[in-house]
Amino acid sequence: MRGGCNLPAPAAIEGMSVTNAPKPPPSSEITPESAYADRRRFLKSSLLFATTAAGVGGGLVWLTGGARGRGNGPRATATANASGGGLGEPRPSRYSTDEPMTSDIEATTYNNFYEFGTSKEEPARLAGSLKPRPWTVSIEGEVQRPQTIDIDELLRSFPLEERVYRMRCVEGWSMVIPWDGFPLGDLLRRVEPTSQARFVAFTSLLDPAQMPGQRDGVLDWPYVEGLRLDEAMHPLAILAAGLYGRPLPNQNGAPLRLVVPWKYGFKGVKSIVKIALTRDEPRTTWNIAAPDEYGFYANVNPAVDHPRWSQATERRIGQVRRRPTLPFNGYAGEVAGLYRGMDLRRHF
Amino acid sequence: MTPRAGGRRPWLKPAVFAGALAPLGLLLVRAARSDLGANPIAEVLNELGLTTLVLLIGSLACTPLREILGWTWAIGLRRMLGLFAFFYAALHFGTYIGLDQGLHFGAIFVDVTKRKFILAGFAAFMMLAPLAATSTAASVKRLGFPRWKLLHRLAYTAAILGVVHFFLRVKKDVSEPAVYAAVLALLLLARVYVYARDRRPS
Repeated sequence: MRGGCNLPAPAAIEGMSVTNAPKPPPSSEITPESAYADRRRFLKSSLLFATTAAGVGGGLVWLTGGARGRGNGPRATATANASGGGLGEPRPSRYSTDEPMTSDIEATTYNNFYEFGTSKEEPARLAGSLKPRPWTVSIEGEVQRPQTIDIDELLRSFPLEERVYRMRCVEGWSMVIPWDGFPLGDLLRRVEPTSQARFVAFTSLLDPAQMPGQRDGVLDWPYVEGLRLDEAMHPLAILAAGLYGRPLPNQNGAPLRLVVPWKYGFKGVKSIVKIALTRDEPRTTWNIAAPDEYGFYANVNPAVDHPRWSQATERRIGQVRRRPTLPFNGYAGEVAGLYRGMDLRRHF
Repeated sequence: MTPRAGGRRPWLKPAVFAGALAPLGLLLVRAARSDLGANPIAEVLNELGLTTLVLLIGSLACTPLREILGWTWAIGLRRMLGLFAFFYAALHFGTYIGLDQGLHFGAIFVDVTKRKFILAGFAAFMMLAPLAATSTAASVKRLGFPRWKLLHRLAYTAAILGVVHFFLRVKKDVSEPAVYAAVLALLLLARVYVYARDRRPS
């Protein structure tokens, strides 16, 4: 039906006032069928274009995980896990650094806690399933007074101090975190190590129901870390129960974790349920996983590279430029004496 | 290499072009909103690197798709996907040089020569460069098709090195690089299958 516009025949309008009568449109203005079909094809093509572009773009973003922004939502949940009130007034400490602190939000949303997944974001998102109360810590092995202590009783026995420490991750980034804790040595003295005790082994909770990452065999669970007894007795080594003046958020290792600021972050075992004093060097989790990459000592050392990357520099979270990494993470003055006469390349 | 510009699917190439820009667009939006997490440089590096790998593997999938499934249109996307892979690889490398290492060429030189992890990525990038440079029809003519084809087999080596780079990067959880390795292995097997099929006398 080319030009299917139904005009009355010219005869029908004869004798009428025809000055305004519409004229048939010139044939040049009639939409040709091919153009009409083109329009349909154009619409179809546009739709296919949009779907394909969205599919390709969406697929790429999905495959690369690019959609995971921190957004505005998770910030609230990240800190909501820290139940309970503040920690009273932790005393300041002469061991604190006065360097600018990493922001609370970054320290609580960028975590390595493989019990809740291997990405940095998962712990803040998934650690809600951990129940930090009721909680007990058993202290056993080469001690005169083995015991199982309720976490709240433990925290009442030792006054908390604020320790603002540098934290250097073995992956090449660092933070400055205000921990609230007490010297590990104070607890060890109370349980009276025997003359046979030479090492301390710390064990994390093993409970795949609370820690979904433990259903994957990415590491040998439970997570175990260890120190030599003299390292453990050093006043810089603390058990932390809080950060930024409030109880530890789950993703940071609630309710109790180790902080050893001159060692790489993975030594800081989280959610501790057992502390055992031993005669022999304990087998530790990352050392079992990759013995050539993660030593028992794991002292921060810019001169000994990780086999796959340099340890000479680090990026402080929140800053762009890398900075030189310091021997013993800047605590050489306090702790270098512990390692006198040791070959730190061999005992890395 | 395509028979006609556009052909029966004039929307296909522009759509893939637009889609391939999506990861970059999203990164820019997230950067503008300060939504790249606590370690934005690491996040940008990871995103750009993964996008490179996906696009490179996508470009390598085009030929098997045509040969085995008869999807001739796929071949028309091969060059664009390859060029986009090179584009993202260049952004990835540039981010490493400029933002991550802060143009400390001494440290970069040590990294590239001493660390297998960096070396694998660097070598992959160096292989993609001549492929991008000879991606035009004129280059095919200049080199002659057999030689051009031989040169462009480097894309497979680059992809293998890219996957190795990914493997060496992760601390322990190799499940994600393993997926990429599996897809790449499948594509290589498809090539072997096509080769064997076409050699058989009919």
